Amino acid sequence: MKKNLTTEEFIKILYIICDDIEKNKDYFSELDRATGDGDHGVTMSIGWTAVKEKLDTLSSDLTFDKICMQVASSFLSAVGASAGPLYATALMRGGAKLKDLKSSNALQIADFFEAAANGIKERGKAELGDKTMLDVWIPAAETIKKTSIGQEDIIEILKQGALKAKQAMESTKDMLSKKGRSSKLGERSRGHIDPGAASSAMIINTFFEAIENLDNI
Amino acid sequence: MAFKKIINDPYQVVDEMVEGIVLAHDDILKFANNNKRAVVRKDAPIKDKVGILIGGGSGHEPAFLGYVGKGLADGAAIGNVFASPSPDPIVEATKAINGGKGVVYMYGNYAGDIMNFDMAAEMCSMEDIPVKTVLVTDDIASAPLDKKKERRGVAGDFYVFKVAGAAAEKGMEIDEVCRLAEKANDMTISMGVALGPCSLPHTLEPSFVLEDDEMEIGLGIHGEAGVRKGKLRTADDITVELMEKILNEMDRSKKVSVLVNGLGSTPLMELYIMYRKVHEILGKNNIEIHSSFVGEYVTSLEMNGASITVIKLDDELQPLLEEETLCSMFRV
Repeated sequence: MKKNLTTEEFIKILYIICDDIEKNKDYFSELDRATGDGDHGVTMSIGWTAVKEKLDTLSSDLTFDKICMQVASSFLSAVGASAGPLYATALMRGGAKLKDLKSSNALQIADFFEAAANGIKERGKAELGDKTMLDVWIPAAETIKKTSIGQEDIIEILKQGALKAKQAMESTKDMLSKKGRSSKLGERSRGHIDPGAASSAMIINTFFEAIENLDNI
Repeated sequence: MAFKKIINDPYQVVDEMVEGIVLAHDDILKFANNNKRAVVRKDAPIKDKVGILIGGGSGHEPAFLGYVGKGLADGAAIGNVFASPSPDPIVEATKAINGGKGVVYMYGNYAGDIMNFDMAAEMCSMEDIPVKTVLVTDDIASAPLDKKKERRGVAGDFYVFKVAGAAAEKGMEIDEVCRLAEKANDMTISMGVALGPCSLPHTLEPSFVLEDDEMEIGLGIHGEAGVRKGKLRTADDITVELMEKILNEMDRSKKVSVLVNGLGSTPLMELYIMYRKVHEILGKNNIEIHSSFVGEYVTSLEMNGASITVIKLDDELQPLLEEETLCSMFRV
């Protein structure tokens, strides 16, 4: 049972996400070669390496929103691409829900994910079912939100969110791409997991696993 | 097939390339506010001139920073390989080329570029720099004509940037520059063929797979799959197939400029063999060739392949195409 997440723990989690992205970068690029230009793993690696460098220099008394803003800016500056504006917007909108806080509860974490998902929707102008990262973020955030009603355990709400994210990622395989470079493929985009959906599901899952194992980190 | 590249560190290729280009062409180019991804004309900002800012991912050289110079673009924002630049260099370049008449953002129609350039435009409007955007959408293979606005931008960048650059250089106001650029885009169509893939310096993996005797018609400049895979055919056959698609959209135009563009590793020999056939086909259709360009204008790293771009000319576009251009990687 974990009722509160501190900024210190949040930073630890971000470090772990950096490491997991690095481990999975070839997989993301491989997915992207099937439907796009093959650089999603490279982009994510460049971005999260920049995040890691930023985390090393962050002062310890920052609140969630300030951490998110700094991390988002370094990610965006380093990568551009599509992933840059999408992930940066997610972090900034999510962080804004935890303004001036140094500790957050399950309801606030749920708000964080909801705002992040809405940020991606607004920035990318995609719809559900377009075979993008939004197809992971919206259902995962909704599940986290729903689970957080009457559930104080952050581990539990993220566990449900991560499970949903994984299912949602798998479901992008059967979708027809309607956004981004892969949308020009038409029917040929079917049968492949969307790379942005894959990196998003990984991040949400790592967030969950890292919280579950915080005591061991 | 193994990819071999003359590089130092795959994660430094873009910075090292840009550094080399600015050193080699320091009579024409400079960095904007020391931002290593924002390159502008040496004489920027030019007072009372609309600024033209182009940009996109790296790997398409001479696009985009090779187009910076008199009569063409005032600045370029440079992204990672095949990835849009982030808003930072776009904003820095915008400030560096703003001569008080606003800045036009011009780039190929890709989701990533749109998000980053739009974010930058928002930031610039907060600093009272008016920004307008014109997207290049010339690739026939990516969407049908009735969805022209959804097409991606490929080698047609060359003509659309050229027209806008000339209009801005002549001192036209921002709305007029945009109108002419939109018109040039409406008149520009491209179609390409790929024979072999490129590879990202970071992965060295082929961007797509074609058998030894195969080609792909309509492949995008980032290796996006095209409209048809088939057996490799002769230069004349390929050119006929590409020109057929292009002529379908020619309506009653009687005068054009033609660009036969190499994608990275196709020799000039092959591009000129294609041009020869293009010339014959246009002649048979009673279409006058006002001017022709053969060479590398928008590439895709070491991709093997070529594209044909045609711009339909009228009395308004033709003189703009004829205006002098002085940029670092080619002369018009």
